[in-house]
Amino acid sequence: MTALAALIRRDIRIALRVGGGALIGVLFFLTVVVLMPFAVGPDLAQLARLGPAILWLGALLASLLTLDRLFMADHEDGSLDLITMSRTPLELACAAKALAHWLAAGLPLIVATPVLGLLLNLDMVATGAVALTLLVGTPALTFTGMIGAALAVTLHRGGLLMAVLVLPLSIPVLIFGVAASQAAITGPLSFGAPFSILCALSLVSLVIGPFAAAASLKHGLD
Amino acid sequence: MNGLKPGQMQLSGRGVICVRGSREVFSGLDFEAVSGEAVAVTGRNGSGKTSLLRLIAGLLIPAGGTIVLDGGDGDMTLPEQCHYLGHRDALKPALSVAENLSFWADFLGGERFNVAESLATVGLDHAADLPAAFLSAGQRRRLSLARLLTVRRPVWLLDEPTNALDVSGQDMFGRLMRDHLARGGMIIVATHAPLGIESRELRIGGMV
Repeated sequence: MTALAALIRRDIRIALRVGGGALIGVLFFLTVVVLMPFAVGPDLAQLARLGPAILWLGALLASLLTLDRLFMADHEDGSLDLITMSRTPLELACAAKALAHWLAAGLPLIVATPVLGLLLNLDMVATGAVALTLLVGTPALTFTGMIGAALAVTLHRGGLLMAVLVLPLSIPVLIFGVAASQAAITGPLSFGAPFSILCALSLVSLVIGPFAAAASLKHGLD
Repeated sequence: MNGLKPGQMQLSGRGVICVRGSREVFSGLDFEAVSGEAVAVTGRNGSGKTSLLRLIAGLLIPAGGTIVLDGGDGDMTLPEQCHYLGHRDALKPALSVAENLSFWADFLGGERFNVAESLATVGLDHAADLPAAFLSAGQRRRLSLARLLTVRRPVWLLDEPTNALDVSGQDMFGRLMRDHLARGGMIIVATHAPLGIESRELRIGGMV
C-alpha cells in the first residue's frame, strides 16, 4: 500500500504544480461551457435543455486533454522502467495512476459543475443531477482513457491517436450520463435505470482498464 | 545451492538471444557474475550492451536462452532485486530533489536508508529543496546515483553511469561501486570509458 500511496501522492503533487495539467483541464472545461451559449444563442430554455449534454461533453474533452500524458511522461523520463521492475504489480500501479489522475483532474470538474450550471440556466436540481452523474461517470472516462494512454506509449503516438482510440470507448458513458441527467430533470424515463448502467460502466472500466493498460505497456516494452 | 556459499549470489545467462525489431542483436550469449564482482559489458555501438542490461532487468524478453539469479532472495524476482540506471534519470522536474528521492524510496520499498545522507554522499545535500528542473545533467545523474544508495538492491545494472559526471563525480561513483561490491553486491555495467574499479570484461558483438 505504501508504494501505491506514494505513486498517488506523487502524481497528484505533479498535477497540481505549475504546468501539471490539473488546472488546464478545469480551464478547458470552463472555456467549452462558456463558449456554448455564444454558439447556441440566448434562448435560456434551450440552454437549460442542452445544459447536461454540454457539461458532459466539456468534461469528456477536458479529461481527454490531460489523459494524454498519463503514461507518456513516465515513459519519456525512464520512470516507467522502474515502475515495471518494482514489486508492485503493474496493474495496480496503473490503477493508482488513474485514481491520482481522477482526483487531480476529474474531481475539480465536478466541483466546478455547480458554477458552470448557472451559466447554462440549470436550476439546483438539474445541476445536482449532472454533478452526481459526473461523479459516477468520470471515473469510467479516466479508466477507459487509461487504455488509450497506454496504447499511445506502446505505439509511440500521442495526441490525436489517443482521441481516436478513446472517444469511441467513451460513447456509452456519454449516452447514459446525459440520459440519467435528463431523466432527473425532465423525465419521462426514471433516473434509476440509466444511472445504474452508468455505475455499471464505471465499475467495469475500473476492472478492465488497469489490466488492459498494463498488458499494453508490457507488450510495448522496448 | 549450486555450490554457492550462504549469502552469495550468481547471475548467469545461457544462450541468450536478443532480437530487436526484426534484427538479431546477439545470439548464444553466455555470461556469469558472482557477488562482489563487477562485469563491464563492452562492444561497439549497437552491439546490444543496453539490450543485455534491459534483458536482465526484465524490460526486454529474450528471444531464447535463460537468465537466472541463484542465491538471491527467493521471494523476489530478478528484476525486483536489481537497480537499473539507464540513459534516462527517472526524475520529475516539478518535484524537488528530496521529493524525487523520497518517492523512489517509498515506491521501491525494501531496506531503506536516509534520504538526506544519500544526498550528502552524492554531493546534493545543498540542493535538497531545489526543483529537479534546475539541476544540471551531472547533478541529475548524481541524484539517480543517490537512488541506488537510498534503496539497497544487490544487483546494479548501470548503462554508461559516468555520463555527464565530472572528475570528482566519477571518483565518488568509483567509491560507491567499491563499497557496494565490498558488501557482496554485484555490478553489470555497460560502458565505453574506464570504470575506475576492478572488473571483468564481457565483450559482446563482433568487430566492425
